Amino acid sequence: MPIITFEENDYDCNQDETILECLTRHGQTIPSGCQSGVCQTCITKAVKGVPPADAQQGLKDTLVAQNYFLACVCKPTSDMEIAIDKSISQDIAGTVVDKSCLNESVMRIRLQTEQPVDYVAGQFINVKQPNTDITRSYSLASLPSEDALELHIKRVPDGKMSGYLHDDVQLGDTLMFNGPSGECFYTDSNIEQPLLLIAVGTGLAPLYGILRDALAHGHQGDIQIFHGSLAVQGLYYMDELYALAEKNEHVHYTPCVLHGDAPRDGQQGDIQQIVQQSIPDLKGWRVYICGDPAIVKSLKQASFMAGAGMSDIYSDPFEF
Amino acid sequence: MSLYEELGGEAAVNAAVDIFYRRVLADAYVIRFFEGVDMEKQAAKQKAFLTMVFGGPNNYTGKDMREGHKHLVAQGLNDSHFEHILAHLRSTLAELGVGTDKIKEVIDIADSVRADVLDR
Ligand SMILES: Cc1cc2nc3c(=O)[nH]c(=O)nc-3n(C[C@H](O)[C@H](O)[C@H](O)COP(=O)(O)OP(=O)(O)OC[C@H]3O[C@@H](n4cnc5c(N)ncnc54)[C@H](O)[C@@H]3O)c2cc1C
Ligand code: HEM
Ligand code: FES
Repeated sequence: MPIITFEENDYDCNQDETILECLTRHGQTIPSGCQSGVCQTCITKAVKGVPPADAQQGLKDTLVAQNYFLACVCKPTSDMEIAIDKSISQDIAGTVVDKSCLNESVMRIRLQTEQPVDYVAGQFINVKQPNTDITRSYSLASLPSEDALELHIKRVPDGKMSGYLHDDVQLGDTLMFNGPSGECFYTDSNIEQPLLLIAVGTGLAPLYGILRDALAHGHQGDIQIFHGSLAVQGLYYMDELYALAEKNEHVHYTPCVLHGDAPRDGQQGDIQQIVQQSIPDLKGWRVYICGDPAIVKSLKQASFMAGAGMSDIYSDPFEF
Repeated sequence: MSLYEELGGEAAVNAAVDIFYRRVLADAYVIRFFEGVDMEKQAAKQKAFLTMVFGGPNNYTGKDMREGHKHLVAQGLNDSHFEHILAHLRSTLAELGVGTDKIKEVIDIADSVRADVLDR
């Protein structure tokens, strides 16, 4: 059994146990969020010992080189001494300057910071709840050129953070967060390449940013955006997206609903089938998929099978 | 030059993984062993597989192969599935324009771990 040394104490780590689980079992709390290797809240440094490579997936090369890893997906194979480096995830303060309902369950929150935050549209931040150790990731719908960070928060039944953001946070309040991070964003490596953006629910947040970022970069290839929800009430930003499609000949917007009548230009049915029927062959396409993790996983595989190259598929599963 | 270098090294593995993985996912006979795993993680494992059978640098031992596939043997993994994987490997290499001699070398490497993979 590997021994994990943390803050001068030794903890035994069971077989198949992650370092996060091991510390939690011993009553030690370290920051965590998604617990599935996505949000990078649990980033930890191996002071001694080498972290397994799959616990470093998604980290920047510079961090990998310094033996940083993600504690929530790290099943140690040998003894390690670990430390939390606060400087790496320095908190930023944001003032709530806008709070408005986008539909019956999605709230838009805009945060202004003293210093401009360095990010790429589509990345996410990790928001902290005051006086608790709850941290959750939210994607940025804004562009760095805009004067505030924009978040779209869906109310989850009994959700601790989403409930807090919907009910308790007031205009003028300060929210602490860190990041931004994430690998799901637009690059102008090939501005002719057709883009397929598939958003489920608040998966629209990063894709609304990515779509506008692509346009700001003068993207020339076709851009197809599909936004799926259970019913029309769950869609939002429809006017904005209709307007973008009207203004840009190469932008096509398809709102999709599982139940009930589809809105203008939209379709009723399963979003995966709708996308497959609309664009059967994805060879040469770049695909972005964001939202519910189960749907993201199956859409990823379906896009790959429809011909998209593995390195051309970007995604943000909203793991919980 | 080693077989791995002759095949084109890491670039060849990267080119092969898309083709190979797509074939595996489209094969109803073996798909059940690969389902339910995140694509990126699975792709990383496919890369490890391809690097190994291309004769590239890896640290896997026969014991690792035995341990790594044991849960699949428990689910019924046998020679016929092994043959399917070899067939996908062959067609992948052929699609990439690799010559028959080299393909045989790769298949021989893969075949050399059969007993370990099938836990015999
Ligand atoms: C990279 C990333 C980006 C994200 N971006 C966004 C975003 O832009 N907008 C957004 O609204 N969310 C986003 N999320 C999800 C978000 O981080 C939280 O998971 C979500 O807000 C729920 O947190 P909570 O504290 O309210 O719920 P919790 O208190 O953690 O959960 C309460 C209960 O609800 C269940 N639950 C949690 N989430 C869901 C869900 N999505 N669907 C169904 N049941 C659920 C839990 O299992 C639990 O039973 C993102 C997640 C990740 C990893
Ligand atoms: C031909 C010889 C084979 C070799 C050399 C081989 C090699 C490998 C390697 C290197 C890994 C990655 C291990 C890791 O790092 O986690 C792996 C994983 C895997 N292999 Fe094989 N493999 C072979 C045959 C097969 C066959 C025939 C099947 C099923 C039809 C199969 C199914 C899998 C699966 C599903 C995994 C992932 C296991 C998991 O993580 O759950 N392999 N294999
Ligand atoms: S808690 Fe480890 S990456 Fe999210």
